Amino acid sequence: VTALAPPGARTTVPSAVSGAGRSSSVAWMVLPALIVFIAFGVVPLLGVVGLSFTTWDGIGAITPSGLTSWTYVLTDPGLPHAVWVTFLIMVLSWLVQTPVSLLLGVFLAGRQRYRGFLAVLYFIPLLLSSAAIAITYKALLDPNFGLGAGLGFPLLQQDWLGQGSLAVGVVVFVVSWQFIPFHTLIYQGGVRQIPRSMFEAAELDGAGRLRQFFSITLPQLKYTIIASSTLILVGSLTYFDLIFVLTGGGPADATRTLALAMYKLGFQANLMGPASAIAVILVLVGLALALLMRRLGGDGADSQLEGA
Amino acid sequence: MAVPLAGSALAACGTSGPSQAGAGGGGGAAATGGATYWYLSGQPSEGVRTNALKRFNDANPNDQIQGTTFQNDAYKTRIRTAVGANQAPTIIWGWGGGTLRSYVQAGQVEDLSGWFDQNAAVKSRLFSSAFAPATVNGKIYAMPAETVQPIILYWNKRVFEKVGAQPPQSWGDVMNLVPKFNAAGVAPFSLGGQSRWTNMMWLEFLFDRIGGSDVFQAVADGQQGAWSNPSAIDALTKVQDLVKADGFIKGFSSITADSNADLALLYTDKAAMMLHGSWTYGTMSSDGGDFVSGGNLGYMNFPPVEGGKGEPTATTGNPAQYLSISSKATDAQKETAKKFFATGVLADAEIQDWIGTGGVPIVNGADAKLTGSKDADFLNFVYGVASKAKSFPQSWDQALSPTAAEKLLDNISQLFQLSISPQQFADSMNGVIGQ
Repeated sequence: VTALAPPGARTTVPSAVSGAGRSSSVAWMVLPALIVFIAFGVVPLLGVVGLSFTTWDGIGAITPSGLTSWTYVLTDPGLPHAVWVTFLIMVLSWLVQTPVSLLLGVFLAGRQRYRGFLAVLYFIPLLLSSAAIAITYKALLDPNFGLGAGLGFPLLQQDWLGQGSLAVGVVVFVVSWQFIPFHTLIYQGGVRQIPRSMFEAAELDGAGRLRQFFSITLPQLKYTIIASSTLILVGSLTYFDLIFVLTGGGPADATRTLALAMYKLGFQANLMGPASAIAVILVLVGLALALLMRRLGGDGADSQLEGA
Repeated sequence: MAVPLAGSALAACGTSGPSQAGAGGGGGAAATGGATYWYLSGQPSEGVRTNALKRFNDANPNDQIQGTTFQNDAYKTRIRTAVGANQAPTIIWGWGGGTLRSYVQAGQVEDLSGWFDQNAAVKSRLFSSAFAPATVNGKIYAMPAETVQPIILYWNKRVFEKVGAQPPQSWGDVMNLVPKFNAAGVAPFSLGGQSRWTNMMWLEFLFDRIGGSDVFQAVADGQQGAWSNPSAIDALTKVQDLVKADGFIKGFSSITADSNADLALLYTDKAAMMLHGSWTYGTMSSDGGDFVSGGNLGYMNFPPVEGGKGEPTATTGNPAQYLSISSKATDAQKETAKKFFATGVLADAEIQDWIGTGGVPIVNGADAKLTGSKDADFLNFVYGVASKAKSFPQSWDQALSPTAAEKLLDNISQLFQLSISPQQFADSMNGVIGQ
């Protein structure tokens, strides 16, 4: 997951320090990040917007062609399907990742030593590259030479990547397997931030474990959940490497997300114009999602520690 | 073909970056503006290419060529980007056909027609069928090189013997063999369907056997509605019949050709037959234990279809590989490249090397050199298919423009997934004719 959008967590800008001399002296600190962002973020983005109004095969001349590329993309019957697959994978992977990493995070927030050991184990998938994970799972799920065939276990002997709905399920599973450790880490940190005094007070009042979880942990993790969800939702727009290696967008177009459709149009069909149009759509969807998640987080005025 | 030269089993999985090879004279060559040459990695072919280059560099101390190797799929995007950015190497390795045509249209490669006229001997020693994919609008833009690679119907003799079956002599036989093998618990055909061009080979033969070579030629020529030809619809229907009859191995649509799993299915007796390129022979003999050396691999040309108009001798595949010269190279670099074409490419030593890898070089009379090889039977068979073929069109995805080819592969995967009908396939493909 690449964090395109700033997490939805509230940012409390200390307004008291906005003295003119103070702010001008630190303003330059933003420069390095700003320069890098403009050079590698904004400028290419403008280039892509520009390219989406041209026709280009990657080697010939770039010819302006107005809305041709946009018409091509928007009338392509493959686009609604790609949008659908993208959102399906996005929603499913959120539904799988959020509860699992939340529970794991709460579990790992405990200070017991065996939990520290388990945390290290859970962390391992995050260390592997997406391509390596995809190749491994592809080998494991091979209907003829994979795990199912090797162990003679009929339930595992499905055509995992050869049937549309199964393939989507596998993609969601592998994505979750890869990123749950990351979100677990976020939740673990979030839980450890909650003042112990709240739990102690609840305990004195006779609240059980479950009651403490729903009445203290969950509400206190609101902003952590929003931050993690933003990363999952926006990040899922960019799932490419894993799906590309695992299924190549197949079978047929069952797992062809917007990112894959963009790659195929641009670098396999050499239609850079329409591919750029899809890229612009991806950016807009990502921005909209990030803004939406920020809205959900409120303006950050209400204190998380209210009543503490 | 997406992966015509899958050398070793894992070659395609690596993400090895470019590596320098066959460099002569260290930095001196680069400093004096020596020519550059990009080609594919993956053994055993890489070794043959590197050795040929090294021999040329050793023999020509003043005309050095700097070689750089790339992994197959990475090369395809890399070379296109380089050509587009006017950063192409002097010698561009390629597959000819539609990609070459796009280079020509962008003015990026040299017209070699005049050079071939002056050097008639260079041209006449090579298979004439190899020149069609190098020709755009009547002019030759590439030097054919390396080996001829027809598509072959392989069959597993062990499995056929166990089931008590005979190799198919017609499409009817194919369809009759399917239930027989399925009943015996063996998949009739192995197929690496996720790679898509693997499925395409079936259509290439069915189109040709049913309607003759004119059917696809009309598509390549950009005739409106060419995919709606009744022969085309018939071929598309027949292939779906085969899918519906469970003719292909279970899970074929998630098997890739890059991993060579499709070959493994054949040599581990899990599948009875396989339609694949002649380049897979070398991999099967190195990876399949005693499968090939024990004489268990049968091979034949694709059988005729009852009532079909096609020539039974016709084949399809890669008539050759191609070397073009970048038009952005300096005159000195171009001269070096031409010298390499005339004296280096497919010199006697390279011919022997290719034969050693189980390939048939595109040189007339190469059959005389095949006899000593341990693979002489197979090589003679390939030479026979290639030299006797009434027609030898290039693989569709190479013959068409990249845009049309991507659309074609996309539709083919849906056709094999049974998610579109033959008529929908034809309608969809008619939309990109001439693009």
